[in-house]
Amino acid sequence: MYQVTEWIALQTIVVKEVRRFMRIWVQTLIPPGITMILYFVVFGNLIGSRLGQMQGVSYIEYIVPGLVMMSVITNAYSNVASSFFSSKFQKCIEELLVSPIPNSIILLGYVLGGVFRGALVGMTIMVLSLFFVQFTPNDLIMTFLVLFLTASLFAMGGFINALFAKKFDDISIVPTFILAPLTYLGGVFYSIDLFDPFWRTLSLFNPIVYMVNAFRYGLLGITDVNIGYALAMILIFNLLLFLSAMVLLHKGVGVKH
Amino acid sequence: MGYAAVKINDLRKSYSCGVTALQGISLEVAEGDFFALLGPNGAGKSTTIGILCSLVAKTSGNVSIFGIDIDKNFNRAKQLLGVVPQEFNFNQFEKVIDVVMTQAGYYGLSRHQAQGKAEYYLKALGLWEKRYTVSRSLSGGMKRRLMIARALVHEPRLLILDEPTAGVDIELRRSMWDFLTELNAKGTTVILTTHYLEEAESLCRNVAIIDQGCIVENTSMRALLDQLDQQSFLFDLQEPLAVVPILKDFSYQLVDPQTLEINLGHGQSLNDVFERLNQVNIRVRSMKNKSNRLEALFISRVQPTL
Repeated sequence: MYQVTEWIALQTIVVKEVRRFMRIWVQTLIPPGITMILYFVVFGNLIGSRLGQMQGVSYIEYIVPGLVMMSVITNAYSNVASSFFSSKFQKCIEELLVSPIPNSIILLGYVLGGVFRGALVGMTIMVLSLFFVQFTPNDLIMTFLVLFLTASLFAMGGFINALFAKKFDDISIVPTFILAPLTYLGGVFYSIDLFDPFWRTLSLFNPIVYMVNAFRYGLLGITDVNIGYALAMILIFNLLLFLSAMVLLHKGVGVKH
Repeated sequence: MGYAAVKINDLRKSYSCGVTALQGISLEVAEGDFFALLGPNGAGKSTTIGILCSLVAKTSGNVSIFGIDIDKNFNRAKQLLGVVPQEFNFNQFEKVIDVVMTQAGYYGLSRHQAQGKAEYYLKALGLWEKRYTVSRSLSGGMKRRLMIARALVHEPRLLILDEPTAGVDIELRRSMWDFLTELNAKGTTVILTTHYLEEAESLCRNVAIIDQGCIVENTSMRALLDQLDQQSFLFDLQEPLAVVPILKDFSYQLVDPQTLEINLGHGQSLNDVFERLNQVNIRVRSMKNKSNRLEALFISRVQPTL
């Protein structure tokens, strides 16, 4: 059971993290909004109107959940990766390491910072999407549960990336060469049921497929995968990354000599 | 009986690159002490401090802080510890007040408690007027003082300072010495590493010299200085001398017509010197040590690296 002092420490880390991304809101909050508006206009309105319906809804309606997830994933990941790596780079991570904060609180603090940014951006995109398409959420609890679990999963991913990173290039390699392809191939713009069995089965190895579909189910009631299975996968990945980050922190990988 | 502020037993550290930084050092710093840890660059001072504050993982050995074994409850030990590192390690984009308040939060101080302490230490270190300044725009001396304020905000029982006055001008250095002396007088144990040996001699009661990962001297400052075989003094004379005077029993030389250098051997005192100078009608305006006394001892204890 955590003591009051540890809750104060957690609160301090979270406030510091939120203050950081709010201070540079032009870099952190505005760009995803602009990018997604362009997606809605080009893919949703201009191209989507010629594509007809996808699984019973308009194409723009179909891609909204995937685009929200894409923003949540990117922002939660990059927030923690860049913030934690900058702390290492400036050596101010030492402030945390010399203080009596358990590793779990350090991890939780940074992850919550990433979750706040991911959720804030995700909800902003949802509001922006209402200017292009009207829909009523199918299951609000599922929608927000998946939103927060996805944000926490990728925030932890960003944390692990930052632990290993030795230079700024190292925190852009994973988002560029791994996250972006997995996200684009994770059913954001299409249903994996359109594939032949081989490619459909292969797609099921992509964890982002489960997040996009679970979130799409929450918003529109449509999914390519079993919802219970998708939620279980998201929870398992969260647990795996949490344990990995804790082991790495305990060993002092990337932060101690 | 109270515990030692720091007790180190057979501490070893080898880095993965093969370098052995510490070869089994043992050390004890009493509570309330002002302790100097001296040594040349790369001797193992920063590694020792790094282990004390958990930035460096030890290879073997035991360390306890106020009786708390760091292997058993490092977080409790860290609560008693404040660290001022050699390099600036605060977020340069944060305001001065936020740097201190954030650190207070890490130690579990409520916002109300932290505000009071932050104000007290920022005022004591002359930074209160700069509290809303972004820390990267502070001068080097102010940044050093900010790190001291940050390390003290949770009022640790042990303060470790790694080269706290490096690059600080003389006036500011003196005011930092006064501040640290006062802090120590109030009961805070202080461990200091420095390259300014005058600083160690002025402030510290006990000293350890570390060289190539080994403790080569660990004693009181007084006992260490007593080991000096010879001291040289420079006397600034009131009147210039045309010829070199004869001062029996002393080794000396006239540096220039108005400066006389006299070497005092073991058992000789300044009173003897003045008595002899009076006998030959030489009046002295002022005098100083030719070199820092501790410096001479330090050089004799450590092996040259070049």
